[in-house]
Amino acid sequence: MKPQSLFDKLWSRHVVVDETEEAPTVIYIDLHLVHEVTSPQAFSAIAERGLRVRRPDLTLATLDHSTPTRRAGADGRLPYASKAAEAQVQTLIDNCTANNIRLLSLDDPQRGIVHVIGPELGLTQPGKTIVCGDSHTSTHGAFGALAFGIGTTEVGHVLATQCVLQRKPKSMRVTFEGALGEGVGAKDMALAMIAAIGADGGQGYAVEFAGEAVEALSMEGRMTLCNMSIEAGARFGMVAPDAKTFEFLKGREYAPKGAHWERMLDDWRALPSEDGAEFDREVTINVSALAPMITYGVSPDAAAPVTSNAPAPANDAERDAAAYMRLDAARPFAEARVDRVFIGSCTNSRLSDLREAASVMRGRKVARGVTALVVPGSYNVKRAAEAEGLDRIFTDAGAEWREPGCSMCIAMNGDKGAPGELVVSTSNRNFVGRQGSGVRTVLASPATAAASAVAGFIADPRPYLANEGARDVA
Amino acid sequence: MSPEKFKTLTSRTMVLPQENIDTDQIIPARFLTTTTREGLGKAAFYDWRYDEEGRPKNSSVFNGVNPETTRILVAGSNFGCGSSREHAPWALADFGFKAVISSDIADIFKSNALKNGLLPVTVDEATHEKLLASPGAEVTINLEEMTVTLEDGATSAFPVEAFARRCLLDGVDPLGHLINQMPAIRGYEEARQ
Repeated sequence: MKPQSLFDKLWSRHVVVDETEEAPTVIYIDLHLVHEVTSPQAFSAIAERGLRVRRPDLTLATLDHSTPTRRAGADGRLPYASKAAEAQVQTLIDNCTANNIRLLSLDDPQRGIVHVIGPELGLTQPGKTIVCGDSHTSTHGAFGALAFGIGTTEVGHVLATQCVLQRKPKSMRVTFEGALGEGVGAKDMALAMIAAIGADGGQGYAVEFAGEAVEALSMEGRMTLCNMSIEAGARFGMVAPDAKTFEFLKGREYAPKGAHWERMLDDWRALPSEDGAEFDREVTINVSALAPMITYGVSPDAAAPVTSNAPAPANDAERDAAAYMRLDAARPFAEARVDRVFIGSCTNSRLSDLREAASVMRGRKVARGVTALVVPGSYNVKRAAEAEGLDRIFTDAGAEWREPGCSMCIAMNGDKGAPGELVVSTSNRNFVGRQGSGVRTVLASPATAAASAVAGFIADPRPYLANEGARDVA
Repeated sequence: MSPEKFKTLTSRTMVLPQENIDTDQIIPARFLTTTTREGLGKAAFYDWRYDEEGRPKNSSVFNGVNPETTRILVAGSNFGCGSSREHAPWALADFGFKAVISSDIADIFKSNALKNGLLPVTVDEATHEKLLASPGAEVTINLEEMTVTLEDGATSAFPVEAFARRCLLDGVDPLGHLINQMPAIRGYEEARQ
C-alpha cells in the first residue's frame, strides 16, 4: 500500500459513503462544537423539518462571541452590547435545553472560547473529526485531528445526521526547519507562513505542519499555528500527535481512562504521516533567522519582521491598504505610535500566551495613552493565570483583566477600538474595520503585543525579554 | 429547505475590483447577532455603503446600482476570505445578487454560497480582467453548460462541483441527500462500536 499521510488516515477513517463523480464524500463527525452566532438558524432549519439533534452526546456548546467580558453590574445584569446579543445568547441556551446538549453556560466554570475549551476538556483528541460553525476550527488539528470550519447550513446537517458532505481536499505539507530564537514563537511562524504562501495559498488544501520547529512547539503553540491555517485560505491545518499531545490530554475530563487510554495511545501512535507519504504541494520554511513578525496591511499575508519598515506599496490594492494603515514606508515600525493593545482570542489566549505577555509586562507600565486589554480564553485559563499572579502583573502594569470570550478579535460584544486607532492585537485578522470601524489592526504575538503596550510604539519584544533576569534580581 | 433553482442568468454586473474582500466587509460582525437569516441585504457591505451616521456614502459604487437589474457581482481575487459566517451569502442574496464572479473564491464562502442560491463563478484571469474593466456590462451565466458569456460574445467555461450543480439545477436539497444516507451512517456507527 502507498505510504499514507496523517491527513489520508484521518480522512479514510471517517468515510461513511465514498465520493463519486456525482456526489461528495459523506464524512462522519466525532465532535460538533457549537456557539451562539452560527447556530440559531441551523437549529430552526432542522426544527422546521421536524428533525431532532441526532447525537447530542457528540455535541458541546459554549457562549463566547456575543458575551460581555465585563462582569455583571450591581443590578446583576451583564452589560450586553445590544438586546440582540442578549437574545442570541438566550437562543442558544434554549436550543441546548430543548435538544439535551451540554452547554457551558454563562455561569459555568468551564466556559470559554470554543477553540480553547475543546482541548481543555480533553474532547479534542487525535484521530477525531471535529467541526464547528467557525473558520478557526482548524485549531483542533494541533492534536492530529481533522478539524474544519463549516457554514450554518452544514451545522444543521451535522445536528441532524452527524455527517457533512465534503470533497476530499488536496494535501500540502509545510515543513518548518531550524530552531526558533528567543522571543520568537508560533504566531511568528504562522505569519511568516501566510506571508510566504499568500492569503489564498492554502485554498483547497488540507495542510500538515511538520518539521523540527513544529515538533519543538508546545501544544499551545501548535494550536496557534493550526488556528491561522484559514488566514492562508486552508480550512484544515494539522500536526502529527506525539508524546506532548498525549501528555497534554492525560487526565482531562473527557480523555480516555485506564485500559481505554492505553488502547487509544496505540491507535494515536499509528496516525503520523509515513515516510514517503505524498503531498500535492510541499513548502519549506527555515525559522532559524525568523524575527518577531507583525502585519502592516489589511490582509494577514501582509506580514513583515517587526524590525523592518512597511514595504512600499507596489499596486493599487497595496496603496489602498497603506492609506488605511498609515504606516509610513520610509520609517521603521518602531516609530508607529500604538493606541490600544489586545491580548486574547482563540489564537493567543491560553496560559502560555498570557505568561509570555506577562514576562514582558512584569514590573513595567503600559505606556501613557495606551489602553491594554487582556482577555483569557476560558475560565480555566483565568483561574490558572490568577493562581500564578499573572492578573496582578497585568493590572499593576495598568492593563485591564477581563472575563473570557472572543472580545476584540471579532468586536461584536462591545469590546472594540475607536476609529483611526492603531491596535496591536494577538488575534488572527487585520481586516478593515474588524476591530471597530476605522480601526487599524496590527497582528502580533503576545510578547510583541505586550512590548508594544509598554513602549507605546510597535516594539520588538526581545530587548524586554533579555532584561527579564536582571529585573528579577533587582 | 431546497435552494432556489438556478439555470441561466443574464444580468448587468457590479464591479468591486479589490482583492481579498473578506466576509467582515461583506457583512460586518456587529450584524451577526441576528437569530434569523432574513433581511440581511441592508447589512451587505454596510461600511462600504454608509458612513458612521448611517448616511449613504457619496463615493460608494453601490449608489448607482439597482439590485433589481444588477444580479451579478464581479470581484477581485480571493473573494469571501475570512470567517465562515453564512450571513455573507445570505446578505448578498437578500441584497439581490444571484452570482459572484472572481478569479478565485474562498472555500468556505463558496460552499456557503452554493447552499443559498448564490452561484460562485471562478473564471480564468483573462476573462476576469475583462469583467473587472467593464462594470455594468451584460453577462450571461449558464449553469447547465457551465459557461459565462460576455457582452462581446466571448464565452469561457467555469467549474462547479457536480453535486452542488445538480442541487441548484434541480432544486435538490443536500440535507435530504444526507438523510437518504442514514442506513449507511447507522452502519458506520455500529461498525465502530
